[in-house]
Amino acid sequence: MSLISTTGKYFLLMERVFVLPDRWKMFFRQFPKELEKLGLQSLPIVAIISIFIGFIMTMQTKLNTSNPLLPVYTTGLVTRDTLLLEFSSTILCLILAGKVGSNIASEIGTMRITEQIDALEIMGVNSANYLILPKIVAFVVMMPFLVIFSMGLGLVGGYFVGILTSILTTGNYLIGIQYAFVPYYIFYSLLKSMIFAFLISSIAAYYGYYAYGGALDVGKASTNAVVNGSILILFFNILITKLMLN
Amino acid sequence: MIEVKNVDKSFDGNHVLKDVSATFETGITNMIIGQSGSGKTVLMKSIIGLHRIDHGEIKYDGRNLPDMHMSEIRILRKEVGMLFQGSALFDSLSVLENVMYPLEMFSSSTKEEMTERARFCLSHVNLEEKAFHLAPSEISGGMQKRVAIARAIALQPKYLFCDEPNSGLDPKTSLIIDRLIYEITHEFNITTIINSHDMNSVMEIGENIIFINNGQKAWQGNKNEIFHVNNQKLNDFVFASNLYKKVRESNQQS
Ligand SMILES: Nc1ncnc2c1ncn2[C@@H]1O[C@H](COP(=O)(O)OP(=O)(O)OP(=O)(O)O)[C@@H](O)[C@H]1O
Ligand SMILES: [Mg+2]
Repeated sequence: MSLISTTGKYFLLMERVFVLPDRWKMFFRQFPKELEKLGLQSLPIVAIISIFIGFIMTMQTKLNTSNPLLPVYTTGLVTRDTLLLEFSSTILCLILAGKVGSNIASEIGTMRITEQIDALEIMGVNSANYLILPKIVAFVVMMPFLVIFSMGLGLVGGYFVGILTSILTTGNYLIGIQYAFVPYYIFYSLLKSMIFAFLISSIAAYYGYYAYGGALDVGKASTNAVVNGSILILFFNILITKLMLN
Repeated sequence: MIEVKNVDKSFDGNHVLKDVSATFETGITNMIIGQSGSGKTVLMKSIIGLHRIDHGEIKYDGRNLPDMHMSEIRILRKEVGMLFQGSALFDSLSVLENVMYPLEMFSSSTKEEMTERARFCLSHVNLEEKAFHLAPSEISGGMQKRVAIARAIALQPKYLFCDEPNSGLDPKTSLIIDRLIYEITHEFNITTIINSHDMNSVMEIGENIIFINNGQKAWQGNKNEIFHVNNQKLNDFVFASNLYKKVRESNQQS
């Protein structure tokens, strides 16, 4: 289908999603479940990836900037700013686009092909609002916490380079990660990641909601969700950075 | 009574329903029959409004669905129950919760009254008490169908839609489900529409039969007339199995 009609269909779906729920009781029954599923259950993967990337980034930075003229804080500073600016927002969201995006698309897609969405509609439920809104809101709400969590653990990962290897002292690392700290970067990163969270969850919901066919098509829907979600993240990353850091 | 007039429906250039007109009477089991892929499900979902039709009229006792606002459609939906081809039970809810779901959406009764009603519907479809708290994935296909029927009748619908109620069931269970739908229809005076490609069900409960061939209505009549029609497409459908061929031969001999 052409890009224009897909975009149009996406916005029409969002128009149905973003209305006040008919039954708040139903929304608040769903919402905590989504917080748990999309947010809390992402913690382990976020933790593992952040620690390891923080570690390897610190190591690589140190090994590749061995010029003695560079100040001692260089490695810590580079690690911290990379984490704050890109890794814990953009790269983390790309990873979560895989995990959360495919989860949302396949869950909603399965409900579509097994006619559970039709069954909801028959019962007078706005299925788009009922199924999708709690997911989007939950994921957008959880995202800043995941980002902060990732930043923290990424820095901890870097600290381990000082402990486990002899290429860097923990003292120099600690000086580095505190040197010339710009709090605005955190704001930028959190805002950016919330926009990405919205993109990931709404695009995945779109592909799931309009799945048609069988199990194979649910698979296609989740692939589409991940691929297109990732592309849009990269595109919006440039846009937001241009707006906020220029 | 539901009247369908000159209904057309296509998906991205695939013209599925072509100028379909039919009437479905109250208090009897109306059947839509036809080959797989002929458009039965699309017709049924168009009648309910799950698919927006391109052209035509769909009148629920005089109320034309395509003219209705969303709020009016919601009121109409309270009067509609549907049994889906694959049961479509919500897998995150238990059997009992599935049946209570439409009640929670539409009625203002207390929790106790809703539970009461759900239990009544489940026992009406002969489901045992011990299955009430299981998840849909933990019960058999036949039981899932029964739960789906119980959910469809929970709000005492005036219109009941059943999309292939016995697909995937053994002949005996099929018969039980067919009879159940037949009884409910007559007991509560419901306008029931059943999609089927199973000749056994047609012979069992087909009181008003609409034959769809390739998206067009090709015949309408009842189960007594169906053997004596001069319509090649319908004959191909009806006498596809050896059993019904034999029935015809013995009819012709006597
Ligand atoms: N949502 C949809 N989008 C696109 N095409 C569709 C959609 N629903 C149905 N169709 C097409 O409409 C045609 C008729 O399908 P339908 O499901 O109504 O057949 P059926 O008579 O119910 O068959 P069966 O007995 O196998 O259930 C098929 O060619 C199908 O591909
Ligand atoms: Mg069908």
